[in-house]
Amino acid sequence: MSIEICNVTKHYGSFQALTDINLTIPKGELVALLGPSGSGKTTLLRIIAGLESIEEGGILFDGKDLSEVHVNQRDVGFVFQHYALFKHMTVFDNIAFGLNIRKKRLRPSKKEIEQKVNELLDLVKLSGFAHRYPTQLSGGQRQRVALARALAVEPKILLLDEPFGALDAKVRKELRRWLRKLHNEIHVTSVFVTHDQEEALDVADRIVIMNKGKIEQLGTPSEVYDKPASPFVYDFLGNVNLFHGRLHKGKLDLGSATFDAPDHLHANDKEAIGYVRPHHLTIEREKQSEEAIAAKISFMHSIGPTWHIEMKREDSEAYVEVELSKEDYAQLQLKVGEVVYVSPKEVKVFIPEDFVI
Amino acid sequence: MKKKHKKRNILPGFGLSMGITTLYISLFILIPLSMVFIESSKLGWSEFWQVVTNERMMHAYKISFATSFAAALLNGIFGFIIAWVLVRYRFPGKRLIDGLIDLPFALPTAVAGIALTTLYAQDGWLGQYFMAIGIKISFTPLGIMIALMFIGLPFVVRMVQPVLENLEREVEEAASSLGATKQQTFLKVIFPEVLPALLAGFSLAFARGLGEYGSVVFIAGNMPMKTEIAPLMIMTKLEQFDYAGATAIAVVMLLVSFICLIFINLLQKWSRKHELQDE
Repeated sequence: MSIEICNVTKHYGSFQALTDINLTIPKGELVALLGPSGSGKTTLLRIIAGLESIEEGGILFDGKDLSEVHVNQRDVGFVFQHYALFKHMTVFDNIAFGLNIRKKRLRPSKKEIEQKVNELLDLVKLSGFAHRYPTQLSGGQRQRVALARALAVEPKILLLDEPFGALDAKVRKELRRWLRKLHNEIHVTSVFVTHDQEEALDVADRIVIMNKGKIEQLGTPSEVYDKPASPFVYDFLGNVNLFHGRLHKGKLDLGSATFDAPDHLHANDKEAIGYVRPHHLTIEREKQSEEAIAAKISFMHSIGPTWHIEMKREDSEAYVEVELSKEDYAQLQLKVGEVVYVSPKEVKVFIPEDFVI
Repeated sequence: MKKKHKKRNILPGFGLSMGITTLYISLFILIPLSMVFIESSKLGWSEFWQVVTNERMMHAYKISFATSFAAALLNGIFGFIIAWVLVRYRFPGKRLIDGLIDLPFALPTAVAGIALTTLYAQDGWLGQYFMAIGIKISFTPLGIMIALMFIGLPFVVRMVQPVLENLEREVEEAASSLGATKQQTFLKVIFPEVLPALLAGFSLAFARGLGEYGSVVFIAGNMPMKTEIAPLMIMTKLEQFDYAGATAIAVVMLLVSFICLIFINLLQKWSRKHELQDE
């Protein structure tokens, strides 16, 4: 089922949670709503579910306006960050809940319910756990029960609110891979909220990046990572170095160096900022181009296969972070306190007037 | 050589705190209660049996247990509603009402008894209207029940309130997203979570009702075979310096109350089975 969100606005008192949101989610896709806390992503998800009302605009499922339809009539499965399992019921009863409460003529027979629950238990790999209570399960297991419970009613849309947020890093990674696989099997239109860029990039077909109640960018993981539409997205999707300078006819002048800015050929002496990811910077011993900036190494440490070099620019005292592979690092034989030259392989220049961060 | 590791508790001082617990319970509960048994044993079996099973006594037990049970039951229902309103809604005067709930705890029971009697007497403010429709409240078991409801209400409200406050909103939303109506969400999700606390409140109110004397004697009228409660019978015996007889009745009350409370506790344990089960 496709979801269409038209001109949705939402306030909490004087706080503007969402401003004029327009978004279409095609049938069968797995979409991530990504943003920092307070960006409105959870509010948007709850609005799609019908757990929050909207003031303006509409929510359409397959073209049908459901703005006024109660959550219990919307055919959505909702998975909460803190599982929200029914503590007084066994795992089996939790999963069967949505089927057991149906009106008699719509309710499957006892046998069918049992079969369905067992199928779902297999799916979430909890077959032996039917008669446990939620308090006897680990966090990852509880979240899988919550997912099975949501899937039991065969929802047309699956909504997940930071589903792995309360789990530790390893379980989180396992579970999100598993969610991806599950989605490939059952193809239910799914939307999940996360503040973890890695999670969104890893799992989603498409990512909606939100900030301050607005959508900043919408695209596939590689689109949003490689072509960020705004400084916010650039900053949010990973580490970044900022180079302040003046932009004039396709050149960003930093004083001691000049960067190429082919996107801005017609700019005329404006203040601008060049954004460079740490792994897009190279280190050399000699100044070989006008793009190279002198900097003094202040700290070096390794995280897994990469080395992080922190240095201070000689011209402005600003810090620059560079990421090197182990091989490059070994070849350069850098020492703390040494002055080297850094130059960017890729720069994205934004003019602050266009985007406020 | 293997070194034995002593299991460490997070908080030290188990020995000391356990000692204090034992001493305290002995001094204030076990020894006084055992005096009741020792005193009543002066009677001998046949006399004991006769004191505790005569017709007037049997009737008093019946009144005591029936009114306490009925009052605790009604408090269970209405106390739940009051707790629900106090937790779920915001309205002017909420904190005042919340404070009023505890008043029956603090009020001397005799004051409560006199106030209720004036109110529900045949020519009292409320009593006259009930008389008009043919319901007599003061000097009937109904009056006793009302006094016990007054006394027992805080127990239920104060037990249920924190549990309702701690219920996760998300659990209700989850039920709703699975297609549950409001009634289903209440009956199948909220109520089972609150039931243990409700039972605990019920048993406290019930136990308190059984022992209540001060607020009841005024409104009850104390007519033999009609509105005499068991604690009153104990007082009557004491006034006649029949200490052994009084303690004999106390023994019966103690044993029956104990059995009732054990039963309610078992019920409560059953309703919390999901929390108590361990790996």
